[in-house]
Amino acid sequence: MIELSDFSIGYGSKRLLTNVGAMIPASGMTALLGRNGSGKSTLLRAIAGLNADYSGEIKIAGVDLRKITPHDRAKKIAFVSTHRPRISNMKCCDVVAIGRAPYTNWMGRMQPQDEQVVYAVLEAVGMGSFADVSIDKMSDGECQRVMIARALAQETPVILLDEPTSFLDIPNRYELCRLLHNLAEKHNKCVLFSTHELDIAKSICDNIMLIDTPLLHNMPTNAMIASGHIDRVFNISDVKR
Amino acid sequence: MRNVPLKIMFPILSVVLIVLFAIDMIVGSVHISPREIVNALIGGDTDEVTRTIIINIRLVKATVAMFAGAALSISGLQMQTLFRNPLAGPYVLGISSGASLGVALFILGAPLFGMGTVMNSLGIAGAAWIGSSLVLLVVASVAHRVRDIMVILILGMMFSSGVSAIVEILQYLSKDESLKAFVIWTMGSLGDVVTSELWILLPAIAIGIILSIISIKWLNILLFGEEYALTMGLNLRKCRIVIFLSTTLLAGTITAFCGPIGFVGLAIPHVSRLVCDNSDHRVLLPTTLLIGASVLLGCDVLSKMFTLPINAITALLGIPIVVWVVLRNKTMSV
Repeated sequence: MIELSDFSIGYGSKRLLTNVGAMIPASGMTALLGRNGSGKSTLLRAIAGLNADYSGEIKIAGVDLRKITPHDRAKKIAFVSTHRPRISNMKCCDVVAIGRAPYTNWMGRMQPQDEQVVYAVLEAVGMGSFADVSIDKMSDGECQRVMIARALAQETPVILLDEPTSFLDIPNRYELCRLLHNLAEKHNKCVLFSTHELDIAKSICDNIMLIDTPLLHNMPTNAMIASGHIDRVFNISDVKR
Repeated sequence: MRNVPLKIMFPILSVVLIVLFAIDMIVGSVHISPREIVNALIGGDTDEVTRTIIINIRLVKATVAMFAGAALSISGLQMQTLFRNPLAGPYVLGISSGASLGVALFILGAPLFGMGTVMNSLGIAGAAWIGSSLVLLVVASVAHRVRDIMVILILGMMFSSGVSAIVEILQYLSKDESLKAFVIWTMGSLGDVVTSELWILLPAIAIGIILSIISIKWLNILLFGEEYALTMGLNLRKCRIVIFLSTTLLAGTITAFCGPIGFVGLAIPHVSRLVCDNSDHRVLLPTTLLIGASVLLGCDVLSKMFTLPINAITALLGIPIVVWVVLRNKTMSV
């Protein structure tokens, strides 16, 4: 689904990834791991179309990302950033409805099928009963779920999330990741999210993508654990000593 | 989804607008009875002086007040959403300082270059419009290259401070007579527009309002920030240009003909948010339009009753509103 080839990206003068390749399957949940500052967000933002300052190629379902218009891209890739907008006086269902923007007309008029999608995705993230509550009254965990519902409402085959579990307590982190895994499985979506939760990545995700500057490893979870890359990159043996 | 209250709210606001328009027609330095006003308007039996006062002065002034209030408020709403800053107003991009520079060059500069003092109101409006359009061109060309909207906000503010400094130099070098004319322009006035100028002012405002209606969906998406807006398919450059153009037409035209009128564009969008309890611009924009038009009509009534410059009234009314909004809603956000 997402294919990187001969891909290089940096941040300022710093090179983060050099000539890497990776193939992320169309269905399944992939965790993107890496040390602080290794370029997890930079890579996600590049795939989301927010950072065109890379060399090489990103292909989405076989099409070069650079050749996709913003409008078509919004139907292929949804993005949940670390920023949680708390818009006063905006109900959760209206937040999610904005996710229908690529499908609605110039006035943003919602058709009955758009309304159905909004309520279906709110149910899917377990926020169905909060539809009429204002987003600024939500807790961090609830707000994050609503923002994920908004991404789901875009009905894209790919969903990218930048550290979706940050600011959540431990039960909420696991619950959210299980939710994402369910969505990936049930709706056949390609979910790619960056995280620092090694345990969650190892126990829930199908694949793990690891930034080992300037390389990028991408393997099924068991193979990645067996390879020892994670322990090496995160100096697990040193830290635990 | 809040259709029921909205169905009541829009008629109420419309009635308030009509009532204030009527009061604005009645109040004035010369006492004219409502019956005579109606007669003059429908071409009935009235003397020539009354007809002139009603049609050429009061009707024009009330129309200008209504459109100015709507235009400034809508442009303030657009800027608050675009910059995601509750303290943004129609003038954050430097439109008023651009207009001031144009007018200053026209009123103050012309005598310096030995062209004598010129007080033509259409000339003043043209100079102001050219000034604010030039500022917009500079800001838009920067906005084309700069990604971060906050950088544009800061550049706009610095740019207008720089322009104000030039205006101060011009003021310092000017003679008393032209200085007074300039200072009076900066105080704002809804009454300097003559009937023929309405044919420039009204179409410009109408186009600005149409552009603002076109941008409603974009503004709703922009509430989430530009990054989310991009991932939801928004063509950021196109919508920035359209919104800037709309704001220049709205705030620039009003400033050109009426001088810089403060606080309306800043305060009214907040009042609208409180009134309609909704962040959806499909509701917020028409509410802001109706409330803005009503409020400036009300200000004009007060300014006529107490013979004060309109800017003093809008500031004295606007400041408490902004303070009240800030205190009531400590987490004021847009």
